[in-house]
Amino acid sequence: MSRVLSDTLVVAERNLIRLPRAPDLLLAFTVQPIMFVLLFVYVFGGAIATPGFDNYADFLIPGIIVQNIAFGGFVTALGLNEDLKKGLIDRFRSLPMARSAVLAGRTLADVVTNFLSMMVLLTTGLIIGFSFDSTVGEILLGVVLLLLFGYAFSWFFALLGLLVSSPEAANSVGFIVVFPLTFISSAFVPVESMPGALQWFAEINPFTIMVDAIRALWLSAPAGNSIWGAFAWTAAIFAIFAPLAVHRYRTAAGGR
Amino acid sequence: MTVQESATTGLRAGAGSGEAAISVSGLVKSFGEVRALDGVDLEAPTGTVLGLLGPNGAGKTTAVRVMTTLLSPDAGEVRVAGLDAVRDAAALRERIGLAGQYAAVDENLTGEENLVMVGRLYGSSRGKSKQRAAELLDRFQLVDAAKRPAKTYSGGMRRRLDLAAALVARPPILFLDEPTTGLDPRSRLALWETIEGLVADGTTVLLTTQYLDEADRLADRIAVIDHGKVIADGTSDELKSRVGGERLEVQLDEGASEAAAREALADMSDEPVACEDGMVKLTVRRHEGAIVEAVRRLDAAGIGVDDLVLRRPTLDDVFLALTGRVAEEHDESEEEAA
Repeated sequence: MSRVLSDTLVVAERNLIRLPRAPDLLLAFTVQPIMFVLLFVYVFGGAIATPGFDNYADFLIPGIIVQNIAFGGFVTALGLNEDLKKGLIDRFRSLPMARSAVLAGRTLADVVTNFLSMMVLLTTGLIIGFSFDSTVGEILLGVVLLLLFGYAFSWFFALLGLLVSSPEAANSVGFIVVFPLTFISSAFVPVESMPGALQWFAEINPFTIMVDAIRALWLSAPAGNSIWGAFAWTAAIFAIFAPLAVHRYRTAAGGR
Repeated sequence: MTVQESATTGLRAGAGSGEAAISVSGLVKSFGEVRALDGVDLEAPTGTVLGLLGPNGAGKTTAVRVMTTLLSPDAGEVRVAGLDAVRDAAALRERIGLAGQYAAVDENLTGEENLVMVGRLYGSSRGKSKQRAAELLDRFQLVDAAKRPAKTYSGGMRRRLDLAAALVARPPILFLDEPTTGLDPRSRLALWETIEGLVADGTTVLLTTQYLDEADRLADRIAVIDHGKVIADGTSDELKSRVGGERLEVQLDEGASEAAAREALADMSDEPVACEDGMVKLTVRRHEGAIVEAVRRLDAAGIGVDDLVLRRPTLDDVFLALTGRVAEEHDESEEEAA
């Protein structure tokens, strides 16, 4: 078991030291989310009514952080796909290392990058008018929930990266799945403002539950069952996608 | 088929005494409809180099992937270092090194970071991994480039780094899948010398290649593989004798006597001299001095020469001799998929 952990840490470290050397990815983590926050707050913000919130920044920041965390796993999808194509997965598989460590190390590295981009977004948010309205404990619980959710979602991206034939394909499939999921949720506009069918989808969408949970934890917005729901969804996403990704890793790399 | 018979005998002897580092029998692997390996037998005694020679898509890479536990076989027995490649896969991975056709290094890591990572994944401490990385960087002349990302490396440097990564745990058995494909002649020669050095230290090497000269230089025994089958197996000399050695081709001046040329050159070959349309072809006994000797003999006989060439046997010649057809150019993607 200690071998699994140490191998996972070695792979995670590898993924983190290469990150600053691929500046395009780093840009995606820092500049892009800031740009989105500014665009949403200053372009759409004035036109979107958010009853119950002090301003649009308060409403938006939890939503956009959840979206950003969901996209954080892209690094895993692109990276695994590249490793597979370049023969690095072959090298790893020919080593006497723990079989699960390649994927676990990848997804673990995502937690670190997700934490960094969350800090970038929170700082931006605090500058343009977002403010917490809850206890330190609740704020930290929110951060933990977000990181766990991001970790679980990284396994979806791990599966995606192992299934598709190229990084470009991973990119487009990822966008097609994640964009609607995050937009048809309470992340950017109140669900009540959507047409009936979308509203129905948005209400059962795990992203809505996740965003509502963070709003409850950070802004003391009405929680309903969202906090428990968010933890349950996180566990469910992990329980579904982690075994699928590991299975695909064993067969995909072996079948080529 | 005398060559193949002797190989089969060798296989029995090797398997019996447990001496063979690599022993494969009846290996079958299919991808859907495609039978990539169709009953392959291979044998490499400890400390020797076995060359797998064949065109693209012949099944060489698939065979290597099975022997290195990356792929499980559909049928057959694969034993490497005395371990079963399927049942003892985990233990086997401790004993082998693999350097691939597509240099499998992380381009965004430096040479040193790549080697340290591999060392730690073998279970060594960070300190020991660093020490081993330094040794290998020195041995492969990568010290100056050690702190640079591998993406800045030349093709030859990447191959050296890839090979170094395969050697981190000092594996007794090394698999090299087309180690010099795509390299310039100088890097190729340098890599050959490195591989020879490893063999001198006692490493058993299985090497796949498309190049006869590479197999010729490095391999103690060569298995020629085509359409997933071993179609010939023997030492380089044994195969060459079947191919017919080096060929001297002389284009005579117009009007020069073919019969006189044949007579003048007959002593240089053990086989009959062929003549056709003023072209005299023979398989020479010795490479050294063959051109000079031929010119002297023809000149002494007063026979005019238009053109003269001494040609080493190529993979095509081997295939022509063994199968009666030239080695096909297979689709690249087929080999990649395999």
